[in-house]
Amino acid sequence: MDGVYVAGCLEGECHYLRGNLRAKKRVGHVQGILAALGINPERLQMYNLSAAMGGRFVEIAQEMTERVRALGPSPVTTGQGREFVAGEQEEEGK
Amino acid sequence: MKTASRLEKVLEKGHFAVTSECGPPRGADPDVIREKGALLKGVVDAANITDCQTSVVRMSSFASCLILKEMGFDPILQMVTRDRNRIAIQSDILGAAALGINNILCLSGDHQRFGDHPQAKNVYDIDSIQLIMTVKKMRDEGRFLNDDELTKPPQLFIGAAANPFADPVEIRALRLAKKAAAGVEFIQTQCIFNLDRFGQWMREVVDRGLHEKVAILAGVTPLKSVGMGKYMKNLVPGMDVPDQVIERLKGVAKEKQAAEGIKFCIESIQQLKEMEGVRGVHIMAIEWEEKVKEIAQGAGLLPRPKV
Amino acid sequence: MIVAEAKPIEEVLEMIDRYDKIILAGCKECVAVCAAGGEKEVQLLASALRTARKTTGRELEIREVTLERQCDPEYVEGIRGFAGDYQAILSIACGVGVQYMAEHYKTIPALPGLNTSFMGGSLEQGVWSERCQGCGTCILHLTGGICPITRCAKSLLNGPCGGSAKGKCEVNPEIECGWQLIIDRLRELGEFEARYTELFPIKDWSTSRDGGQRTIIREDLKP
Repeated sequence: MDGVYVAGCLEGECHYLRGNLRAKKRVGHVQGILAALGINPERLQMYNLSAAMGGRFVEIAQEMTERVRALGPSPVTTGQGREFVAGEQEEEGK
Repeated sequence: MKTASRLEKVLEKGHFAVTSECGPPRGADPDVIREKGALLKGVVDAANITDCQTSVVRMSSFASCLILKEMGFDPILQMVTRDRNRIAIQSDILGAAALGINNILCLSGDHQRFGDHPQAKNVYDIDSIQLIMTVKKMRDEGRFLNDDELTKPPQLFIGAAANPFADPVEIRALRLAKKAAAGVEFIQTQCIFNLDRFGQWMREVVDRGLHEKVAILAGVTPLKSVGMGKYMKNLVPGMDVPDQVIERLKGVAKEKQAAEGIKFCIESIQQLKEMEGVRGVHIMAIEWEEKVKEIAQGAGLLPRPKV
Repeated sequence: MIVAEAKPIEEVLEMIDRYDKIILAGCKECVAVCAAGGEKEVQLLASALRTARKTTGRELEIREVTLERQCDPEYVEGIRGFAGDYQAILSIACGVGVQYMAEHYKTIPALPGLNTSFMGGSLEQGVWSERCQGCGTCILHLTGGICPITRCAKSLLNGPCGGSAKGKCEVNPEIECGWQLIIDRLRELGEFEARYTELFPIKDWSTSRDGGQRTIIREDLKP
């Protein structure tokens, strides 16, 4: 497993009212855990779109594929240790 | 007279008392106390040494009081309950009295979260009111807290702090009443910038007849600058610095602000002297001890009476 | 209930680093309620630990189990059958549970996956707050049902101190001043005159943690 994306309805249009908002929070929480485990949290993403947005769905799939391809196999796959240290990425970006 | 305290004597004789305080050093240098003491010679009836104020480690109040005593002062030992249990407290009370310290100020103490060792365990075995009760019991009953007789009672004049400006406002006079019931004999208040509000508190205190049981010394602090005024207004809990006081300092050039602050301090003392129930003043010139004499002089408090 | 929270996962990983076969034991009581050590948390933690171990090219075998309680001998005994097959027990119960594991399984290291914090309750979903410090001499009837030992940062009995500002504690402006709460409540109950004007006597701390480890014995309940 090198990447996961979660697709939820557009905010404000969830059939279950708040399910997509809860999912967003949980995705954020898991990204934190991934970072702590040395796995780049960008491998997990959440996207919002409606069932009618076929074009966007394709866009997202391509975007995610490209992202994961660029990141390469995850440390879980390679077993070669951390690829990411929380906090370092932010500093490099500054 | 219950003790050999000069402060007690001055008050008993009906004089307007003057006290001030010294902050001890963050090192083992006794000369720091000697230098600060020298600035207060002839200016005060008694001088406090703070006890790790704001929970920052400094030379102990006890040791510093002895240095002041050597210089001829009547020191006021400040004792917080944050750092010692009842065993150490009773022990230190005996020690202080044995070494001729005549006054004690009973405090709970700022929480360690404020200080330089926020990870410390605190004690608070007893609170400030219970500390007053403890000193009184030891002095007047000659007994420890467990009712055992002690061999020689400590003769200490009992003081405490009061903050007329802390919340909840409506119980502040009542809290003073509790301290009086516990046995307190003199009070030093938090520094006053809002004289109206202080006046209100004093009226409540007088209504309850507390001014007759307890000698109230009004606290004052000279402001060095607008910055200091703002700091105290916004960042020090339980402090009331009215906007007009800050505006007053703002109204003068920066290099004149300190002098204006001292002027305001002197004027405050003059007003406080006129308030019923105010029996003295406690001048807290934090890291500005050299100005205490000027303030006392300006307010007409010198020379101190011979008692 | 006892409220605890998960230790940072880096700390847990370091604790289990030398082991590759562990039991991860949760508890269905307090720690489940505060979402720190219940069955769900066992599953989540096990998954995270295995994933982490994989990133180093090694494996980690975890036997996941969630006990009814980890503070009762009969439940703790429940893992006797297989405990010996494992190198360590990582317990995400409260500190009591970890110690029970240690006492029952003397040759297997018991590791704490949580930091046990306080006795408290839920304020709202996801928020738990301290209410009791187990002083052993409850005086809530005298303070309007609000504990000064717990809710006053200085545990004053004759509070408030001079640092109370707008109903908040000087130590942390997000914490309410315990004595402001007590005074307000006493007024609401019409007990202010009766309770607040009296001097509160000095506390006997020997019934609290300061007296050493406490034990309660009910002779009438012993077999």
